[in-house]
Amino acid sequence: MTRTPAVEINGLNVSFGGTDKRFTAVRDASLRVEEGKTFGLIGPSGCGKTTVLRALAGLNTRWHGSMRLFGEPVQPGQKLSGNIRSRVQMVFQDPYASLHPRHKIGRSLGEPLAIHGASDIDGEVIAALAQVGLTPDMAGRYPHQLSGGQRQRVAIARALIPRPDLLLLDEPTSALDVSVQAGILNLLSDLKQQRGMTFVLVSHDPGVVGHMCDEAAVMAAGEVVARLDRDGIDARYAAGT
Amino acid sequence: MAEHGLNIRNLTITAPSASGEIGIVHNLSFSVGRGIVALVGESGSGKSTTARAVLGLNPEQFRVTADRFSFDGEDLLDLSEKRWRSVRGRMIALMPQDPKTALNPSHTIGRQVEETLLLHGTSSRSDRRLQALDMLRRVGLTDAERVHASYPAQMSGGMAQRAMIAAMLVSRPKLLVADEPTSALDREAQAVVLSLLSEFSRDLGMGLLLISHDLALVSRFAERVIVMRAGRIEEELAATALDDARSTYTQSLWRARPSAETYGQRLPVMDE
Amino acid sequence: MSAVSSLTQHSPVRRLLRKPALVIGTAIVAITVVVALFAPVIAPFDPYAQDTAIRLMPPDAIHWLGTDAFGRDLLSRLLYGTRPTLLLVLLVIVFMAPAGVVIGIVAGYFGGITERVLMRVTDVVMSFPRLLLAFAFVSLLGAGIFNGGLALALTLWPAYARQARTETARMRASDYLAASEMLGIPGWRLLLFHVLPMVLPSATVRVALDLSGIIIAAAGLGFLGLGVKPPAAEWGSMVAEGTQVVFDQWWIAAAPGAAIFILSLGFNLVADGLRDLMDPRHG
Repeated sequence: MTRTPAVEINGLNVSFGGTDKRFTAVRDASLRVEEGKTFGLIGPSGCGKTTVLRALAGLNTRWHGSMRLFGEPVQPGQKLSGNIRSRVQMVFQDPYASLHPRHKIGRSLGEPLAIHGASDIDGEVIAALAQVGLTPDMAGRYPHQLSGGQRQRVAIARALIPRPDLLLLDEPTSALDVSVQAGILNLLSDLKQQRGMTFVLVSHDPGVVGHMCDEAAVMAAGEVVARLDRDGIDARYAAGT
Repeated sequence: MAEHGLNIRNLTITAPSASGEIGIVHNLSFSVGRGIVALVGESGSGKSTTARAVLGLNPEQFRVTADRFSFDGEDLLDLSEKRWRSVRGRMIALMPQDPKTALNPSHTIGRQVEETLLLHGTSSRSDRRLQALDMLRRVGLTDAERVHASYPAQMSGGMAQRAMIAAMLVSRPKLLVADEPTSALDREAQAVVLSLLSEFSRDLGMGLLLISHDLALVSRFAERVIVMRAGRIEEELAATALDDARSTYTQSLWRARPSAETYGQRLPVMDE
Repeated sequence: MSAVSSLTQHSPVRRLLRKPALVIGTAIVAITVVVALFAPVIAPFDPYAQDTAIRLMPPDAIHWLGTDAFGRDLLSRLLYGTRPTLLLVLLVIVFMAPAGVVIGIVAGYFGGITERVLMRVTDVVMSFPRLLLAFAFVSLLGAGIFNGGLALALTLWPAYARQARTETARMRASDYLAASEMLGIPGWRLLLFHVLPMVLPSATVRVALDLSGIIIAAAGLGFLGLGVKPPAAEWGSMVAEGTQVVFDQWWIAAAPGAAIFILSLGFNLVADGLRDLMDPRHG
């Protein structure tokens, strides 16, 4: 008996544009991510890895093929709904673009908290900040008053509010300095351990993938060209490459 | 000739702000002759301001002082804007951050490569063409005749990158300043661009000042690494010596790199 | 850090006072509003009372700005003249700008077919020549500042719609709407509390700019006799009356002309000041 995988996609196709100028961003991609793993999607820019992630997130619904999240089928053309929607969350590449520039951090965290039924909003905002290593006074600041690393921590705290089981990470550290990146990667590993989440991590950085991922798929020109287990990752991304 | 390449001693750059002058770079001393020197630091370390000073590109309000700030014996401290224009391009060139947007989409590659030559006094048209074709071949565009006549949009991203490098190097600058030259590129493209640049640095005897936040990337191409922190030089060392850096800051930057070897481990984090 | 907080801790009032243009503009507009509201109290004479014995008098101690061809007090007519002008301004602020912003946000947020339909309608309306439409309205519905003004206002909203759509679409492309959507924040909340506040500043600046144009256009209608009906005081028609005697009694045309100029300038200054104030780089 096998456990239900967190993500199972078969023959995923995503294309953009009208009928005359069609561009196929993802062609016949199939992936399987076991629960509790960190799965890497690797490839050069434009290879379709982010497109796959956005399809999983329900942000792009114009795809064909079959997709199951935690065993439940997801239909193309529909946003994620009900139970599945809160079980899947995403952390974006640019931490400035993913926070509202005119909302204070406390509001950015408080709004989703209220929607997910928190009673003591202020207390929970502080708790949400604490779990990503930020002090309560951050709640009173605007995103532009925070460093890149702090912003990304806020974005992670926000994504964790619905208590997701699957966290989609789109180049979560590529906009950050190396020393800040180390802190964020540590934080992600810690959170994963505490909460037993599944990660799908998109990156072009072999160092980040080598450090984080248990399994990976290599994409090129819209297709999955290789599947790597941990030994495969070690072999492919050993020192210096 | 007295000295060769870029020589900087006690370079200090300050900028005006609401609360008086703010120091961005303090007492920086280093030199670049032939070969690749990397200036590495995190955001706010002053590395980009230093790079722009070498090209005279900082805003006018910035105050630049130094005991020595010269290139091939020529003092760069009080150059007129006119003189700067002739230094830039012919002697010292800047590599754009995003190679793809650096080419003019409405001019042929040939025209853009030859433009630098024209600006720097190669008057014969056939000479310019020959030099341009030669340079296109040297950056690995073997079908140089066709590339010469094509527009940027007719080429792949990788080819456009090479064409851009050809346009930059055709006037044979003695020093190339590359400020985060690959941050807009993915890892594979980064390696291609940097190996091309280091090849040229060797072949043409050109100095290369590489500005980057990415110690891991830089260590593979540079001969010497200068680590900057808060406007000061933290440490200058050979790229091969990074494993045994003296400065704890350099050590922590070096060891904070994630890699396949650190799988399952916590990365060391600096205490701020 | 202290530099950041000291910048943000300046009270809005102090920031405002550092912009003299904005202060002057706001003062002009505020005074005009007060005058319009209290015209019957402020005006020294009945603006409609005719007295042929004192027609075309130059300014003196009793009639500060003199009298017109019917012997009516010019100052009183000028003060009453703020009323139709501000009515028009109110019409634009209350109906047209909000309509344009809503249409633009909806188009930009939903995209696709919604956007295409709404923006094509907007383009069609935008292509109407403003003054000609005003003439048509007036000839259909009869002369009157409201009819003329309505036509002016109706041709104004497309500019708001376009601007709001562009800004909303730009926001759509950045990640925070996607992030908020994934957290389950409902669409109407996103539109109202996330998108709208980002679109309002530029719409506000545009309102102020448009108003100065509207005031001049309305005066133009009045001047051509398409505005309010004769006895009522309106700046444009007052200028028109004054032109008949402009070589001998120039102040009759000059006074309402100056009023139009000053109020229009006031709105322009407000618009300029607001733009500076709302620019995040000056934040």
